[in-house]
Amino acid sequence: MDKEKRKHAVPMPKQKVEDRIHHFNEVALGYSAEQAVTEAQRCIQCPKPECIQGCPVEVDIPAFIKEIREKNFDEAVRRIKEDNSLPAICGRVCPQETQCQKFCVLGKKGEPMAIGRLERFVADYERQKGVAVQPRSKSSTRGKVAVVGSGPAGLTAAADLAKLGHEVVIFEALHAPGGVLVYGIPEFRLPKKIVQAEVDYIKKLGVDVKNDHMIGRLHTIDELFERGFDALFIGTGAGLPRFMKIPGENSGGIYSANEFLIRVNLMKAYMFPEYDTPIRVGKKVAVIGGGNSAMDSARSALRLGAEEIWIVYRRSRKEMPTRIEEVENAEEEGIKFKFLATPVRFLGDESGWVKGMECISMRLGEPDESGRRRPIPIEDSEFVMDVDTVVIAIGQTPNPMIQRTTKGLKTTRWGTIVVNERTGKTSKKGVYAGGDVVSGAATVISAMGAGKRAARSIHKLLMRKKKHAQSLRRK
Amino acid sequence: MYKIVAKRELAPKIYLVGINAEEVAKKAKPGQFVILRLDEKGERIPLTIANRDVKKGTVTIVFHEVGNTTKKMGRLKEGDSISDVVGPLGNPAEIDKYGRVLCVGGGVWVAPLYFEALALREKGNKLVSVVAARTKEHLIFEKEMKGISDEFYVATDDGSKGYKGLEFLKDLIKIQEIDRVIVMGPVVMMQTVAEITRPYGLKTMVTLAPIMLDGMGMCGACRVSVGGETKFACMDGPEFDGHLVDFEQLIHRQRLYLPEERISSMLREKLGGVKRG
Repeated sequence: MDKEKRKHAVPMPKQKVEDRIHHFNEVALGYSAEQAVTEAQRCIQCPKPECIQGCPVEVDIPAFIKEIREKNFDEAVRRIKEDNSLPAICGRVCPQETQCQKFCVLGKKGEPMAIGRLERFVADYERQKGVAVQPRSKSSTRGKVAVVGSGPAGLTAAADLAKLGHEVVIFEALHAPGGVLVYGIPEFRLPKKIVQAEVDYIKKLGVDVKNDHMIGRLHTIDELFERGFDALFIGTGAGLPRFMKIPGENSGGIYSANEFLIRVNLMKAYMFPEYDTPIRVGKKVAVIGGGNSAMDSARSALRLGAEEIWIVYRRSRKEMPTRIEEVENAEEEGIKFKFLATPVRFLGDESGWVKGMECISMRLGEPDESGRRRPIPIEDSEFVMDVDTVVIAIGQTPNPMIQRTTKGLKTTRWGTIVVNERTGKTSKKGVYAGGDVVSGAATVISAMGAGKRAARSIHKLLMRKKKHAQSLRRK
Repeated sequence: MYKIVAKRELAPKIYLVGINAEEVAKKAKPGQFVILRLDEKGERIPLTIANRDVKKGTVTIVFHEVGNTTKKMGRLKEGDSISDVVGPLGNPAEIDKYGRVLCVGGGVWVAPLYFEALALREKGNKLVSVVAARTKEHLIFEKEMKGISDEFYVATDDGSKGYKGLEFLKDLIKIQEIDRVIVMGPVVMMQTVAEITRPYGLKTMVTLAPIMLDGMGMCGACRVSVGGETKFACMDGPEFDGHLVDFEQLIHRQRLYLPEERISSMLREKLGGVKRG
């Protein structure tokens, strides 16, 4: 491959803008086999690959790319699945540009390897032909583990523990497993049938998934131990929406991003009235925030028929926590951005519905603890935006139910659970935690990394327990 | 799937159903609710638990056919199944020994009120109960409430039985020693009672059921202003001090989806239903 060609990644085929804004079908279409092989050929197979260190679950990236280059797609998937049980999901929603791809040496002179696209390609290849599951090895150290929450952290922990031969039961509070993957991320970014397929794979590994079980209300953590579980993993995520706490916020037409996205994604309100759950989107929508939920809400509002959509963010473009790719997609689709502004109050009409939003302009000061420059309000810079729908996407905090009902579980003042970073061990015996409930809202893949680390330490704990029991018996 | 093991019509369009949900039954306490989803395409709706039977493993729900989902539920029969029953959700109602408790229930809410009144009585409280409804045909659980009350009144909006409206409560609380009031009913009724008791500083607890999606703190649709602070009915309630609740806002928020509710109902009734499958 010549030098010039090696500089550019094979572009991702996407649906045309004019088509995709009218429905919820997936925007990115995925590589063909030919495109995947061509892209794989760009990889120079570094003797000391740095991409792996950028991957929270340590996938052997050069190894699977090499298999794609040689058209051994089955082997490529197998290599990924050794470390990552959810490749079709990661290939779609991981921020590769700040992880594996950030370290790719090709990125120094041109575009880095399109690792995510390749991962997605082989995962889709496998799903289309039917996923084979290797028979589970029944280990003599078999223990019983409860996993609370079926988001990325819980699914990963469950899969890894099942692969190690343990009996695993997942308790999910909603009516479908997947956590943020089903209630948060829209169909056009992550089709629900993909999540379903990955969950099915985990079930085939022997994991039992129980929906409609809200731990903390239905059973407490201690009650789960009484039911015979040897260890417990908490992966309940960051599901509680943050509000702005400004006047008028409880007017009609003002949603949390969670409510907006749950209606659209989990309850399929975009298919109302075929589906029973409605959603009301007006003509002029403002989405407050600069993260992925903000982009997802704005792009969903567009597909639901809104005419003008503004993303209002208090800092500038550079500080936005969302993926660049998502900003590009949103801009392509005609979403507008208002930077350095934040609402100070919402104005309602006589029926209690929002009709406007008073904002204040901001400037950037010194960096704060997040490393981003702090927004500072500019005096007397208030202005009013006419809007009839508002989505507040300024972040989520952990659901406090388990923390409230579990004695001896140490938490921070932000409501996150305190763990040993390396092992996922909490202050309570036999209880591990990981994902957003520990870190606060972060990424799918970092939650998976945490699930993986916790699974490893739970396995060690169960082996020790078993050995101890055996030695007692001998005595 | 959760099986319907009992179904009775208590009054026109008011039904009682017993649902097999063993684990929920074991944990359910007065004041808590469940979220139901009838089928794959159904919405999630909160309904306050009206009773439970730990031995049989059932929870009892009483509902009025008003919206799309409750209308569909009205057509379900014994032996049919419901896709999802999640619970118990929300915090249990505060049950303590208060002394003389005035229990006011309206419409279908008399059923969960009875569940709570039973617990209050067990704690040693004396009960002064008011069972209210639109008309005498809509009165439910009269006998049950009367059976556990020290004093018992009936009220209807149209005066077809007992007192007409709830104005009589003004006199009642003037002449009686009441230590606490609990009200379960339509929002407007709870507001009315809270306004009647307000001048006397008589602690009045109301149980709210605003629009909810998940019922576990995620959506924030159930947010309500209580004492000037935004609370989530599912996580912080559903029982709140009625003198602190912003009822006007709650009423606005209850009505947010009325147009859509009408579309659904119209399609289902006039056009023979939306394609499902």
